[in-house]
Amino acid sequence: MLLRVLSCLFVLGLAGSVHAQAPEPLPEGIQIGLSTDNIYITSDFSGADLTIFGALENPNTQVLRQGRYDIVVVLEGPPRPTVVRKKTRVLGMWINTQSVAFRDVPASYSVAMTRQPQDITDPGSYRRLALRAGNIFLQPLNPAVDETTLGEFSTALRDRKAAAGLFSERIGGVQFLSQSLFRATLYLAPHVPVGTHRARAFLFRNGVFIKETSTNLTIRKAGLEQRLYEYAQTNGFMYGIFAVLLAMLTGWLGSIIFRKG
Amino acid sequence: MGIYLPIAEMSVNMVVLLAMGGAVGFLSGMFGVGGGFLITPLLIFYNIPPGIAVATGANQVIASSFSGALAHFRRGTLDLKLGTMLLIGGVVGSSLGIYIFAYLNSLGQLDLIISLLYVIFLGTVGGLMLVESLRAIRRTRSGQPPSAASAGHHNWIHRLPLKMRFRTSKLFVSVIPVLGIGAGIGVLSSIMGVGGGFIMVPALIYLLKVPTNVVVGTSLFQIIFVSAYTTIVHSTTNHTVDVALAFLLMVGGVAGAQYGARVGQKLRGEQLRALLALLVLAVALRLAFDLFVRPADVYSIIIGSV
Repeated sequence: MLLRVLSCLFVLGLAGSVHAQAPEPLPEGIQIGLSTDNIYITSDFSGADLTIFGALENPNTQVLRQGRYDIVVVLEGPPRPTVVRKKTRVLGMWINTQSVAFRDVPASYSVAMTRQPQDITDPGSYRRLALRAGNIFLQPLNPAVDETTLGEFSTALRDRKAAAGLFSERIGGVQFLSQSLFRATLYLAPHVPVGTHRARAFLFRNGVFIKETSTNLTIRKAGLEQRLYEYAQTNGFMYGIFAVLLAMLTGWLGSIIFRKG
Repeated sequence: MGIYLPIAEMSVNMVVLLAMGGAVGFLSGMFGVGGGFLITPLLIFYNIPPGIAVATGANQVIASSFSGALAHFRRGTLDLKLGTMLLIGGVVGSSLGIYIFAYLNSLGQLDLIISLLYVIFLGTVGGLMLVESLRAIRRTRSGQPPSAASAGHHNWIHRLPLKMRFRTSKLFVSVIPVLGIGAGIGVLSSIMGVGGGFIMVPALIYLLKVPTNVVVGTSLFQIIFVSAYTTIVHSTTNHTVDVALAFLLMVGGVAGAQYGARVGQKLRGEQLRALLALLVLAVALRLAFDLFVRPADVYSIIIGSV
């Protein structure tokens, strides 16, 4: 299923620049827009592409012509406490023995970019912006964890997230539709966490970071799924009774249907 | 075809789950067990978090055992009194099991204990059953009459005090082992997400000498209630019962069970027991393999503060 979130386009900024008579050019900007603030996960959800549209404001025509504007769009999931566990061999068995708990790890981190990351800007610049999965700041719950262990478990966390499709990077995921309009396609994994996600767009010119913009997006379960979930959380006892009755009904119906057949 | 599970918060393939339920239902109908010992490991292999697999497994077991117990009740092969006594023990045991479950979960060793319990119990029960049934098959081949569970054959269990009469089972036995078996299976039921039929059936036959035709119905009767109790307590304390997942498994399971029961009737008792033993051993070996062979990734992540 392709989730296409159409945007309001920000054409106003472009029209405005025509009237600017002053020799000093207006600063470049970037805008992204979503037609909806909510995405609903329905029962047939199995991962999807999310499309975000956006526009450059006051682009320099010469830089545009050379194709030296680059855009990186990130969809960051809600922060969650996350524990990484490591199995080691004890008495021949593989058992969870070590663990490091991190606070506020983005539950998902999906990146789309115009071209190869090294062609957009240098690693130092990504680090300063805490941009790309490798540069997310991971803070351990217990500050006494030593550097080596922290490094090992941080890498493991990113690897596991990437393996689950929750940390992803799509090169060429941002495409220019015209000189100043662009489209970013981001991957939503089948296990995408529900909650408030933040979409951020970073504009680079000739490898230099210019501007950032962001907007929020809420991913939630659709009607029945959400109600079931809430009910299970708030009214566990009645939910349990319901689950039991449903099972008995299914068993009873089964024995009736198949006895006659 | 994908379906989003509201509690497990993940998208899974509906056809796989229906087939899984169907296959397990077929086997459970054939052997007269709830099938929980198959469904929970299968769900874990399918990447459902163990906590949810256990609680949902218990929920699914209710459907198949309810359907089976109804059939036995109509045939009069269900000892209500014995079942109720087992049930009293079962409720106490499964309450205890829920606490152990929550404690192990907080230690981060839940997966290990679940796997170990499966390996130990399935390995032992499967091994014993295989040996016994192969002996029985050999005896039948050599022309001797089968001599399993004869009424006059008493062991130490039959010398315990507080005796009680169970008419349907034609049994006069102490309630202590009955309550004990019930409690033990209750503990396993909440930790492993099983009804406990694969332990209950041999325990009733070999320890209490309950006639084989009454065993399955009575075991299913008590499994319904212990699983129902487990489901409700898990749902109340851990919020880990996924009804969407359970329902898919139930639908597959109830349908599969009917065909399994038909096939089961064509096989002889000892052949059936030998096959069940092989199946139980296969699951034990598969789980032992995961425990002893280096995993593909030694790291795992858990969301949420533990």
